[in-house]
Amino acid sequence: MTITAAPTKPWAKSPRDRIRDVAFTILAIAFSYAFVGVTAMKGKLAYAAIVVIAYAVITGVFAFVTRGAPAAKDAVIKSVVAIGAILTVLPIASIIFTVLKNGLPGIHLSMFTTDMSMATPTDPIATGGLLHAITGTLTMVVLALIMSVPIGILTALYLTEINGKFAGPIRFLVQAMSGVPSIVAGLFILSAILYPITKAYSGLMGSLALTILMIPTIARTSEEVLRLIPNDLREAGTALGGTQWRTVAMIVLPAARSGLMTAVILGIARIAGETAPILLLTGGGDKVNPNAFNGPMGSLPYYIWKSFNAGSPEALTRAWAGLLVLMFLVLILFVLARALSTRKVSK
Amino acid sequence: MIQTPESEKDMSTSAQPSSLASVASAKAARTQPTQATGTGLETRGIHAWFGKNHVLADVNLEFAAGSVTALIGPSGCGKSTFIRTINRMHEFIPGAAMAGEVLLDGKDVYAPGVDVTKIRLQIGMVFQKPNPFPSMTIGENVLSGLKLAQLKVENKDELLESCLVRAGLWNEVKDRLGAHGGSLSGGQQQRLCIARALAVRPQVLLMDEPCSALDPGSTLRIEETIRELSDSMTIVIVTHNMQQAARVSDYTAFFLSDGGPGEMIEVARTSEIFSQPKDQRTENYVTGRFG
Repeated sequence: MTITAAPTKPWAKSPRDRIRDVAFTILAIAFSYAFVGVTAMKGKLAYAAIVVIAYAVITGVFAFVTRGAPAAKDAVIKSVVAIGAILTVLPIASIIFTVLKNGLPGIHLSMFTTDMSMATPTDPIATGGLLHAITGTLTMVVLALIMSVPIGILTALYLTEINGKFAGPIRFLVQAMSGVPSIVAGLFILSAILYPITKAYSGLMGSLALTILMIPTIARTSEEVLRLIPNDLREAGTALGGTQWRTVAMIVLPAARSGLMTAVILGIARIAGETAPILLLTGGGDKVNPNAFNGPMGSLPYYIWKSFNAGSPEALTRAWAGLLVLMFLVLILFVLARALSTRKVSK
Repeated sequence: MIQTPESEKDMSTSAQPSSLASVASAKAARTQPTQATGTGLETRGIHAWFGKNHVLADVNLEFAAGSVTALIGPSGCGKSTFIRTINRMHEFIPGAAMAGEVLLDGKDVYAPGVDVTKIRLQIGMVFQKPNPFPSMTIGENVLSGLKLAQLKVENKDELLESCLVRAGLWNEVKDRLGAHGGSLSGGQQQRLCIARALAVRPQVLLMDEPCSALDPGSTLRIEETIRELSDSMTIVIVTHNMQQAARVSDYTAFFLSDGGPGEMIEVARTSEIFSQPKDQRTENYVTGRFG
């Protein structure tokens, strides 16, 4: 005899519950429309705020009537928390929507192969492009990477592996450094290197400022990652006759590899859109400049800023298109970081 | 250091206070001269502290070459701390301090000028929790000690096979040496860790509760491995499982802490410890009256 059993979920919401949830939501929305209609309140924010309050009140009252005061409190808090989360996503969705709407008309294939050296702000969109900006941003990011990755990871290694007398102060300084406004980094390079030494704009100056901004991100994220590596592995390496540095190089760093990649990508994402130091230090430029050490260098943030300043409708469209490209660049990096970090450090 | 039959006479005049001397001679007489190298391991007056906390007091033990010694006792009596002083892993814990001598082939491993990485090559260790290196394959894990210590070996494949065979893992992994260590079961991972420890050819193997995280089947396999290894090396094993101590060890040392620092209460042939212990506390422990 075989016993057949179908898997059920007795704790799941019944269709009736679902209908009631939807009805409450519609009721809250309808109420907010009516409220905004009859009172002097105006605007999207008023709708949003009243939907939140109305939904919380409706679910709260329903829970109070059916199940009493503790359930009512629970329902109110639940809806406030849920709606808080939704309200966080709204501005981000709005930004993405606006950038897509305004930027897409400015996207054309030849923009990735030409620069702005032969185009003026009032030229049609189809002329010119942002090749100089993309190459400039990439050049500066790569230079900043070359400088900040070794320094950042070595700092993290000092904090986790050596953990010496100065670890506390250094950790504090690194944390404080991650809060330095980017314009301060820009002004520092301007006054410490550009004015007294090189006396000329260049991509290198920009990437130096970006390095200052990038080091704390990489150092802090790497430190977190290295802390997650179980101490067992360090002990096992040492017990096999490895010196501390061979153990770190052969076991700890490889085990932390994907996490360190994430740290580097987060660092890149942190600086890819930095504008203030770029405006101060790179000199902009409309021509592709392959030499980061000599002559002004374009970049995406500079391109966007310059195009917005030009003010003509074509220039504005170019600026939005530049924003779209920059946003996609950062988006790609974040997706990459997530993909790498979900491959967790194996136990 | 009196470990071979030839030196039995010295032993009778030995000033060592513990009864281990006599059982060591019995052991030496019982077994044929083993393949074990060196003259063995001895600790004299080992104390250990964590900060101001005195956790281990005056442990004197001799470990005959080619013998298996089990350390038993309740949790917190300093057994693990004791074996970590032997291969100098104790010093990694912040605030740790120690006193006494650990003599390997008659030389103190704490003497100034001793290369501590060499000591750890001679005294291998297997930890409580299996900890294969996650970024390495099974084969790389076994040979990792050679790379860590920058040792050269002529025939790596041969060494790889012999270590895995001795650890009792070869048949299970020979077709997938390129797989990651983490893909093995817990028991297999622990045997991989044993194979890894064997690859650098230690004289002494310390095992800190190697089976406590494993199922009975894996435990049995590791106990077989321990018995086979004891032909060629000295093994010290910490265990909470008294049946395990009885099954695998030649000698058993009983550790106990009565609130103060842990002490070594009694050491003798394993059969004596379990049948006619001299100390009442040992008897209480092995008969299950406490702990």
